[in-house]
Amino acid sequence: MSEPVAGGLATETEILATAEAWRKAGRGVALATVTETWGSAPRPVGSHLVIDGEGNFLGSVSGGCVEGAVVTEAIDVIASGVPKRLEFGVADETAWRVGLSCGGRIAVHVVPVN
Amino acid sequence: MDLALLSALNRHRAAREAVALVTDLASAAARLVTPEGLAGDPAAEALAEAFRTGKSMKSMAGDRETFIDVHVPPVRLIVIGAVHISQALAEMARLVELDCTLIDPREAFATPERFPNVRLIAEWPDVALPPLKPDRYTAFVALTHDPKIDDPALTVALRAGCFYIGALGSRKTHAKRLERLAAAGFSERDLARIHAPIGLDIGAVSPAEIAVSILAEIIGTQRQRRRS
Repeated sequence: MSEPVAGGLATETEILATAEAWRKAGRGVALATVTETWGSAPRPVGSHLVIDGEGNFLGSVSGGCVEGAVVTEAIDVIASGVPKRLEFGVADETAWRVGLSCGGRIAVHVVPVN
Repeated sequence: MDLALLSALNRHRAAREAVALVTDLASAAARLVTPEGLAGDPAAEALAEAFRTGKSMKSMAGDRETFIDVHVPPVRLIVIGAVHISQALAEMARLVELDCTLIDPREAFATPERFPNVRLIAEWPDVALPPLKPDRYTAFVALTHDPKIDDPALTVALRAGCFYIGALGSRKTHAKRLERLAAAGFSERDLARIHAPIGLDIGAVSPAEIAVSILAEIIGTQRQRRRS
């Protein structure tokens, strides 16, 4: 398997292998998964983002629109050990400072890797 | 999610085995299911669909909200011919997650200097191909123009049921190729599966542009199959 390229596009294989490697190295790790999309969404259902306790991440759930917010929430999930369900999109503009400029909506499930 | 579960998922993926990570969204309890282990599973119907389409989805198992994160073997690309087009094709294949292997018996062509980071086999296709076990998750491309190299490779690809088979060459070259393969016993229906002239008709000129047209045709074939 090829190593993730710095600044490059991470493949699904690299993202999941990285989640395993980070956890085995003793880091706190959370895995975020797109579980639902409505309307035009940048990344399909099943897309993954892996995050460690310090906010390092690999992968993508929205092509860059809401990754920052997912990373912040994931750090909470790692600290608390409690999974979270997040929703982003136009309908949630009042609840969330970030949204999807494409006008779609996505649900993201974030679970700790124990 | 347990680290052991994640490790098992990665092992299945590395072995090219279909597997689904099924998560109860309320409790986050997760388990792995393989196509062989579908019978009796509370989400069996949705899982069967997910394995067929390769698409992950939310589903109700009784009154439980469940997420099926399905992993079907990543599509492989086998390229015959370590030519100029292959250099661009191998590089682009990585970006779209095609696991690329290059075969060319001509050792002057198949050098690691010309093809860094690609699995290279400097062997004749009838020797190199069978151990790779091409399957229906494999895209196959023949680019040497040389019947001595391309024809035996096409024979293996057609028999293996590769989901995409493309061969470089003009209409005239391809007509002769079809005659030879028909004489070798392939039916008209078998031979209609070969995409030739290869690639989407976008007027590609340079080797890199031709690589784009080939890759686009492969992706189109792959996604259409999943849409149906």
